[in-house]
Amino acid sequence: MTQATVQETTQATQEKLRVQHLNLFYGDNQALHDINLSVPAGSITAFIGPSGCGKSTLLRTLNRMNDLIPGVKIDGEVLVDNHNIYAPDTDIVHLRKHVGMVFQRPNPFPMSIYDNIAYGPRIHGIKKKRVLDEIVEKSLQQAALWNEVKDRLNKSAMGLSGGQQQRLCIARLLAVDPDVLLMDEPTSALDPISTLKVEELTQELKEKYTIIMVTHNMQQAARISDTTAFFLNGVMVEHGETDRLFTNPTDQRTEDYITGRFG
Amino acid sequence: MKSKATDRLATAFFWGIGLLILFILVWFLWHILGAGVPHLSWDFIAGEPEEMIEGGGVGPQLFNSFYLLFLSLLFSIPFGIGAGVWLSEYAKKNWFTDLVRISTEMLASVPSIVFGLFGMLLFVTVFGFGFTILGGALTLSLLNLPVLVRVTEETLRAVPTSYREASAALGATKWQTIRKVLIPSALPGLVTGVTLVAGRALGESAILIFTAGVTVSRFAPDLNLFASGETLSVHLWYVRAEGLVPDAMQIAEGTAALLVLVVLALNLLIAIPSRLMQRKMTGKSS
Amino acid sequence: MAVPNQEGNAAAPGFNKGRMFNDKLMRWLFVGSAILVSLIIFSIILFVGKQGVLTFQDVSPLEFFFSTDWSPSKDQYGALTFILGTFIVTAVALVLAVPLAVGGAVFMAKIAPNWMREIMRPATDLFVGIPSVVYGLVGLTVFVPFFAKVFGSAGFGVMPAAIILAIMILPTILSVSEDAIRTLPGALEEASYALGATRWQTIRKVLLPAATPGILTGVILGMGRAIGEAMAVQMVIGNAPILPTGLAQPTSVLTTQIVQEMPNSIFGTTTNNALFLMSLVLLLVSLSLILIIRLVARRREA
Repeated sequence: MTQATVQETTQATQEKLRVQHLNLFYGDNQALHDINLSVPAGSITAFIGPSGCGKSTLLRTLNRMNDLIPGVKIDGEVLVDNHNIYAPDTDIVHLRKHVGMVFQRPNPFPMSIYDNIAYGPRIHGIKKKRVLDEIVEKSLQQAALWNEVKDRLNKSAMGLSGGQQQRLCIARLLAVDPDVLLMDEPTSALDPISTLKVEELTQELKEKYTIIMVTHNMQQAARISDTTAFFLNGVMVEHGETDRLFTNPTDQRTEDYITGRFG
Repeated sequence: MKSKATDRLATAFFWGIGLLILFILVWFLWHILGAGVPHLSWDFIAGEPEEMIEGGGVGPQLFNSFYLLFLSLLFSIPFGIGAGVWLSEYAKKNWFTDLVRISTEMLASVPSIVFGLFGMLLFVTVFGFGFTILGGALTLSLLNLPVLVRVTEETLRAVPTSYREASAALGATKWQTIRKVLIPSALPGLVTGVTLVAGRALGESAILIFTAGVTVSRFAPDLNLFASGETLSVHLWYVRAEGLVPDAMQIAEGTAALLVLVVLALNLLIAIPSRLMQRKMTGKSS
Repeated sequence: MAVPNQEGNAAAPGFNKGRMFNDKLMRWLFVGSAILVSLIIFSIILFVGKQGVLTFQDVSPLEFFFSTDWSPSKDQYGALTFILGTFIVTAVALVLAVPLAVGGAVFMAKIAPNWMREIMRPATDLFVGIPSVVYGLVGLTVFVPFFAKVFGSAGFGVMPAAIILAIMILPTILSVSEDAIRTLPGALEEASYALGATRWQTIRKVLLPAATPGILTGVILGMGRAIGEAMAVQMVIGNAPILPTGLAQPTSVLTTQIVQEMPNSIFGTTTNNALFLMSLVLLLVSLSLILIIRLVARRREA
């Protein structure tokens, strides 16, 4: 798997997302320092680092979820398909359709499974039942959940297990047809079997989407990502092909983290 | 040990208080219903009132009670919920938000009679309408507003933030999130709040004496907003204060029993739909 | 991609613009509601106050606030009787209600078994919803005749009014106090028991003092309700504009005097203005109670 991934990465040179000189402040406190990062299309990039290093904060700047927090100031650019999403004329609602997010704790709406998946398409204007039915089925299949729930689409989503709920949230996200999937520690609240299922799912999705995943589990990053970025205290210390970073890191701090000296 | 004996005495004392309170409550209900239910014939509930002779009914007043309630909710729900949504979802920490919040708290403390005088000043005198259903309903809605604002804000705040995040991350506008996720989740709480408000409004008299008046129109049920509209509660007071009919006491007791039954019914109406909704939302199938 | 076919799934043109517009519109409607609601209290103070202050054209503040002579036909507008009356009736009602309510709160929070609590809570909630006129009727049919027998008078006066008010404010004080006691940190109780204290000692020396701000809030809320209650009191208090010489004497309070005289008073006359001034006094007292509650709450958090 490793050889093939390396070849694919060098061939897929199209850049999907780029962060340039990004600084972020919570009030007077600077949380991100001069981040520069390029993310190629059709790959999985992992953000790793100890708690509080800024990896989740950075992830949330990529779909402007930090806008929901008062007192946050951003300096620098984030380019998606060469368009700066922090430009004043950006349509945020449109951005979030293309750059979607899965959260650490599964957060299905208190509605039926069907309504959860259909929520995204509906808010973007799709009303025809036939079309919605197709989208719901396709999304649940992509999330490897269809067979488990196809007979109870009208039951509440709250009745599903944790792992199923998380796959539901992924399906819900896929239903709006994004290009980029941001995943914020998607398996940290799940049991090992569900974790494995979500990891397999993520690898399948890599073909069609660009995925960026924050994880505090290094083994997970090593298992499934193509590229890894290591963060410490709001600074991106090192960034490169996963295999290379884990076997032969260039920075001493990276090596210390990977070998478990801290974190 | 002395302290053990005191403890036992104290326990007995508190049980005594608890039972006393329960006794007072039960006795109260028994007294009202016992005295009044015998008078609740169909003639009474639906019939026309009498000015001079006995045998009058409270039909028009019963209608007016609900009609005024309905109108006042019509006016107060949009603004009350609107302000509550603003406080919960849009307001930032600044002087303006503090002002809104303090104004609402102050409004909640206004005695009903002051609302009544204000309504009288505005609708009866300044606008020159005289005693009208419209004036009564609008003034009554002032009573409803603070409770609706508070209940809306509290129930919305209780909705988990994760729903807001999930909705925003899917590309919804704020209004879409509020409309499709937050308000449906908050619905049981809102229903409880509206029922609370309804109960208060139905029992209100001080406000209505000065705005909707103490007489009913000749044609009942009269939907005319500018007719005077005596309600059940007002009728109870009026029949005792100025009633000339010989069976004033029976009418008063019957009216009181009717009012209490309506309040009881409303309270039952809170428990059932709220619980049903809660069950549907959390997926428990019991 | 997740999309099945391009044509059928497209949103209607202009949908996005439409929903962005709706979003902005709703935001303005929500702000508007908030502004409207805030304006109301100020309009009330303004309108009622303006009318009330007109009284001072004909009556000196000294006379209004310090004279007990209320005889409009003789041009006397002293409202002290009613101010004192409100004070006395409220005080007696509190003396009756507070011990019972706080005791009930302790009972429900710490002593009652679960099934008892399940009965009492909805029962007290129910009572908040009973109309004041119904309370007044019970006062009229039960307490007035009772006091007529006891005191040998017509039975109207401060006592039946105070009792009825006490029953009315009991649920309010009880539920707020119960809440205050119940939400105390469990660590307080545990520490006390661990030192060997009995339940009563814990309640008396630890819990009640700690819950005092909350209980105080409940008492003030009850007080506000008692001060502002008009209809129930009017039915049992006798409505005589004279200072009561004893608990069995008929008298009048601010609220009941307004109910009594307003229907027969003509707009613009001094009497009418004086009644508005009385309601302004009521309003300002209620508002200041709210401010006191806020201060108590702030100290609690400190």
